Amino acid sequence: MYAQMVKSTGQGVKPREEMSEEERHFQDRVDAGEKIEPKDWMPEGYRKTLIRQIAQHAHSEVVGQLPEGNWITRAPTLERKAILLAKVQDEAGHGLYLYCAAETLGVSRDDLTEALLSGKMKYSSIFNYPTLNWADIGAVGWLVDGAAIMNQVPLQRTSFGPYSRAMIRICKEESFHQRQGYDIMMKMAQGTPEQKRMAQEAINRFWYPSLMMFGPSDKDSVHSAQSMAWKIKINTNDELRQKFVDQTVPQAEYLGLTVPDPDLKWNEETGHYDFSEPDWAEFYEVLKGNGPCNTERLEARRKAWEDGAWVRDGLMAHAEKRAARTAAQ
Amino acid sequence: MDEALFEFCLRMGDNTLVLGHRVSEWCGHAPVLEEDIALANTALDLIGQTQFWLGLAGEVEGKGRDADALAFRRDAWDFRSVLLVEQPNGDFGQTIMRQFLFDAWQSIILDRLKGSSDDRVKAIAEKASKEVAYHFERSRDTVVGLGDGTAESHARMQAALDKLYPYVGELFGADATDREIAERGIAPLPADLREAYDALIAEAMVEATLTLPDSRWTHTGGRDGSRHSEHLGHLLTEMQWLQRAYPDARW
Repeated sequence: MYAQMVKSTGQGVKPREEMSEEERHFQDRVDAGEKIEPKDWMPEGYRKTLIRQIAQHAHSEVVGQLPEGNWITRAPTLERKAILLAKVQDEAGHGLYLYCAAETLGVSRDDLTEALLSGKMKYSSIFNYPTLNWADIGAVGWLVDGAAIMNQVPLQRTSFGPYSRAMIRICKEESFHQRQGYDIMMKMAQGTPEQKRMAQEAINRFWYPSLMMFGPSDKDSVHSAQSMAWKIKINTNDELRQKFVDQTVPQAEYLGLTVPDPDLKWNEETGHYDFSEPDWAEFYEVLKGNGPCNTERLEARRKAWEDGAWVRDGLMAHAEKRAARTAAQ
Repeated sequence: MDEALFEFCLRMGDNTLVLGHRVSEWCGHAPVLEEDIALANTALDLIGQTQFWLGLAGEVEGKGRDADALAFRRDAWDFRSVLLVEQPNGDFGQTIMRQFLFDAWQSIILDRLKGSSDDRVKAIAEKASKEVAYHFERSRDTVVGLGDGTAESHARMQAALDKLYPYVGELFGADATDREIAERGIAPLPADLREAYDALIAEAMVEATLTLPDSRWTHTGGRDGSRHSEHLGHLLTEMQWLQRAYPDARW
């Protein structure tokens, strides 16, 4: 899942006694684990929060093509090239059905695209980091998709039907991507000294940005509390981050790579790893647009959209002509 | 070594390799999300076909070179790709026109290769022709849609056709290799496919309201390696870099 700091109503969870009858009925359905479908009544805040969250995820899939596309033309074997192409194709597909899920809430894909390009809507901070060597493609699959899955697996149970169904499908593909990423890392970590160096550099650069993917601690966040009451957020950011660290550290050890955190250690008492927080000041800068690749990522997407305008217009004009010809017959 | 069959496989596989590479350059930059998906899918199919053709080439050669060795360790002069597929992407119109002109040819030749006297060639054609039938349908629809779209899209598609049509004739060249391969029943003589090809694209051009250039004059030099485009060297520099920089590594 690629949604960070999604704003909800900003009001905290509405107490039951303040709810209207419709709101109470809605909350009862959510509490009972029923799925909310697009035509069902829903609180306006629920609708808006979902649009923000689903669109942010969709935008992330689309922008996420860029750091991986950066290596498609340089993939070292035909098989690796094919696997990477298939992966990027899957991601564009995820973007597509997430936009479709958002559209069921009454927004258009074009509106959401404009909001991304104007900077009004965000995509995950992680895609503002560069992919600098081939092992980075492994690290993106292993760490970035790994972190995404942590969030997506519980979201399969989210209350909004179309979102839940999209997540079920996405999760299957993402776990495949993560295994492929780890497979690249295995080859690199067991390879020549230069390949090992690439692998270590990749984890050095991607470790903390991956931890940032879960967002800052939200145990006191009113937005998160409301989203959790509505079941469009299932776990806290800290819970998921801990789970990710606990799962990933042994994998790094198996690869013979060093996690770039001198304070990382197993805590017998808690049964979890203790680890250092990422630099949250850096995280907020990246969100503001000051990450290493923010400018070029958005420029690339704007250029694609602007350069493609004549194609979209041309195909629309043709479809209208054809419809008119059919009607005239 | 069966020189003619080796050469034939390189011609088939280098076309799909170079075009697959070109199409993959679009990743994340397409005009609309559906096109990102379709272009990645097309590139993926082409790379998959490359694995088959170059795999067979390596087998025929019998010197222990596999598809990767042929793709990543040959220099430009040993490539047998036609100049058409080496052309840069240009705007989306040029990319889709190049695809259409190639898909039309590939759909015809693969269909004929399903009757090849060589079972291995036949097996590749059986699989690839299904993919290419879909590529052709899609590139044709898009060329028609953009040709018969707005004034701007029409003008861009006509410019793309004018630019790329002089590379089409090379697909139908005939040299000693082509003649031997045809005599042995492995593949048809390329020139014999021209009539079907012309009919296929003429029909689409009518729907697209585009005008085929009168001249049949053609650039050549790719499929026999005698004079590739300047573009190929740059493409290979990028594609082969990791394998060349770290020759002892396994990926």
